[in-house]
Amino acid sequence: MLKILKYSFFDLMRSRWSYVYFAFYLLLGIVLLFLNNDLSKAVITLMNVIIILVPLIGTIFGVMYYYNSKEFTELLLAQPLKRSSIFLGQYLGVALSLSMSLILGLGIPFIFYGLFQSSAIWDFSLLLVTGTFLTFIFTALAFNMALSNENKIKGFGYAILLWLFFAIIYDGVFLMSLILFEDYPLDKLSLVGTMLNPIDLSRTLILLKLDISALLGYTGAIFKKFFGTNFGLITSLSMLSLWVILPVLRIVFKAKRKDF
Amino acid sequence: MKPSLKHIIGFLLTILSYSGFSQPLEVCDTCEITSLKSAISAAKDFDTIVVKKGTYIEHNILVDKPVTIIGENYPVIDGESKGEIITIVSDSVTVDGLYIINVGNSYTSDYAAIRVKRSKHFTIKNLVLEKLFFGIYLEKSNYGKIYHNKIIGDAVQEYNSGNGIQLWYSNHIDIEHNYITQVRDGIYLEFSNNCLIKNNTSTENLRYGLHFMFSNYDTYQDNTFENNGAGVAVMFSKNIKMYNNLFKENWGTASYGMLLKEINDAEIIGNTFKENTIGINIEGSNRILYKNNNFSNNGWAIKVRGACYTNKFLENNFLYNSFDVSYNSKVNDNIFDKNYWSNYTGYDLNKDGIGDVPYRPVKLFSYIVNRTPETIILLRSLFIDILDFSEKVSPVFTPDNLQDQNPLTKKIQW
Amino acid sequence: MVNITNLHKKFNKNKVLSGVNLEIDNSGIFAVLGPNGSGKTTLIKSILGMVIPNKGKISVLGKDIKHSSAYRHQIDYLPQIANFPSNLKVKELIKMIKDLRGKTKMDLELIKRFKLEPFLDKKLGTLSGGTKQKVNIVLTFMFDSPLIILDEPTTGLDPISLIQLKELIQSEKSKGKTILITSHIMSFVEEVSDEIVFLLEGQIYFKGSTSALKIKTNEQDFERAIASILKENHA
Repeated sequence: MLKILKYSFFDLMRSRWSYVYFAFYLLLGIVLLFLNNDLSKAVITLMNVIIILVPLIGTIFGVMYYYNSKEFTELLLAQPLKRSSIFLGQYLGVALSLSMSLILGLGIPFIFYGLFQSSAIWDFSLLLVTGTFLTFIFTALAFNMALSNENKIKGFGYAILLWLFFAIIYDGVFLMSLILFEDYPLDKLSLVGTMLNPIDLSRTLILLKLDISALLGYTGAIFKKFFGTNFGLITSLSMLSLWVILPVLRIVFKAKRKDF
Repeated sequence: MKPSLKHIIGFLLTILSYSGFSQPLEVCDTCEITSLKSAISAAKDFDTIVVKKGTYIEHNILVDKPVTIIGENYPVIDGESKGEIITIVSDSVTVDGLYIINVGNSYTSDYAAIRVKRSKHFTIKNLVLEKLFFGIYLEKSNYGKIYHNKIIGDAVQEYNSGNGIQLWYSNHIDIEHNYITQVRDGIYLEFSNNCLIKNNTSTENLRYGLHFMFSNYDTYQDNTFENNGAGVAVMFSKNIKMYNNLFKENWGTASYGMLLKEINDAEIIGNTFKENTIGINIEGSNRILYKNNNFSNNGWAIKVRGACYTNKFLENNFLYNSFDVSYNSKVNDNIFDKNYWSNYTGYDLNKDGIGDVPYRPVKLFSYIVNRTPETIILLRSLFIDILDFSEKVSPVFTPDNLQDQNPLTKKIQW
Repeated sequence: MVNITNLHKKFNKNKVLSGVNLEIDNSGIFAVLGPNGSGKTTLIKSILGMVIPNKGKISVLGKDIKHSSAYRHQIDYLPQIANFPSNLKVKELIKMIKDLRGKTKMDLELIKRFKLEPFLDKKLGTLSGGTKQKVNIVLTFMFDSPLIILDEPTTGLDPISLIQLKELIQSEKSKGKTILITSHIMSFVEEVSDEIVFLLEGQIYFKGSTSALKIKTNEQDFERAIASILKENHA
């Protein structure tokens, strides 16, 4: 698996798109920090980018890579390699190269800005950790969509739809149901609802840092426990891990049963 | 009236007695006088009593003549939790440098470490109060000074704890440089006017750092209120001036940096509200000027409930608050002008430092959260941003005339 | 060598293989033939484990291939369409496959044989179809495995390379290997193959030598013999 990972990773690192992606983050970081000069504002803007754009890029790259490397995959399938190794290797190659672009692209301007001397280093690290998680999750979801759809257009469409669902539609439905059931105790429901969407989950994780004052204004005991202690951080991180593991398991499962 | 000879002699005698014609009375274990109580009964008017280092088990000490009580190296006055410790009923009393502990707890009477009753011109300074019920209690006493005291409580529940410094019908009191922690209300003023509260620190108190009830014409400035149940509550009072205070990390469900309830004609200038659940919570307060305040990283910078009219919010900084302003009605009669809003996204084409598009500080989402608090979990979601944007374009739920016509594009320095 | 019993495979509702039984024990060159859609590629991919059969058993070198990947060390496979990662150079691709399968020195000789030296530093995306096929051939033959599977090996080759390929196949045969070939070029099949496996409608219609096929169909010409089978079955 490591060999496949190595080749996929270097293949991608050499592709134009990795450079574009890297350059985009580099530029974003520089603009936010050096033209704006306001670290708190930069962190908020970055949060929006990470929560919306990172999943989208992960989705598009994941699907594109899968379909574009189809012949290569077939070449590999004829070699004495396990199927799970081939697909996990490719998946990790994509996810890692995307994460690298993200971390380096944003990290370099922040380091030049003097991040290590700044108190924002934890907020920033959390942003990068969340961004990496989201890359891994949405690349895995994209691979799932691609594996289940032979038709490129269909696979691409479903993957984008899935992103749209998690990024916007889910929250709309979530909000409606919270308002609809406002007469009932809702703190459990709202926390569970958050856990079921990786984008919401990441957002909550960042909110714990940025908006803790507002979050503590709510009465519910479970909310209080969640936001007031490390319980929230730990739960969110383990749920994010689960969100990586489950789609990856499905990749392995699907790959074992697929005809090429 | 011309001063007669008698008056002059009387005055001179007074001065002489002050300047040490009589020796100070000393209190210590091995002295002639071994208790504060007996020292007071032995003392003449305007005598000085020096209490040497040691522990004195005493309570119900009545100071009924104008004396100065000075502790050397913080002698301990231990009330053994039996009741009130020092009660001052005379004018011109000074208490300085005592370490008073173990005030009695009671559900029927408000025992204090020091109580001043119907007296004037007293000074209470450099005291350390611990294990207390009430700390310093002023009752119908005027023209006093309370300086440099340290009041450390161990209150756990509101119903059986007292306040650090309490004023009841007491006017013209200066309260400066005190440190008050872990009591019910740090400083509490009831029916007390023309007081100055300055440079105090009030932290980790169960209820409020500072609490006004029915008190007018008071000023508090340069104080720090951190991590209290709520920072400062100003209720049913008029003409209060609030300058340059710091309100920090007052977190919790009903927690705010400042609560204004039925307040009129106040000035709130130069204060900093940082990381509070609610910066200022306003109910039924009118004609208040908010100027040059910093609101940073609060859950809600300003939460307006109920009827509030002709308030002015001028030249404040609103920095990275989850919500800048929240209203629970559609009516607005308050003015927001020339503030800096970090959430402002407009532009300034003519570069005059004023944004060309008005800013609407009330978001639709804050309205939703008021209705269904659990929806707070969706804060900063893209869907919510879209909702807020559509509300911004055509306001339906939020007051449509509530806008800052001249939002500044740079943070205000002063 | 290869043992297939009662192999069934359908894609959705489309039955491709329905009960294929095939036994190849000896060495030699076996041509898998059949009309379009008769299941040639599916059969080959089943042997390679790329297609998972619905029913039936396949064993290679005496071992069941289900849930196994190591047996592919014994197979050299030439895929039908050679589409390689376009960012990779020829040299890197060869190095990579060696890295994945193990060491070999035969690649140098093969590169020489097909005159690929000038292309070694070129990216695969820039190569012509024929050159890609040559690279494909090098990748296949550079390992010394007892079973070789060639799917349309002649695609895009110029006459010289075609001769080289034929020589290569013969020399591998002489080493006692088993070689499975599919091809549409009947003359090529007739020239190289020892035995024909003819697939029709998901089953093996005929297995035997070319001469046996000619006798069976009463035709002198191999191509006509094949055509007559098809006509017979479509009539």
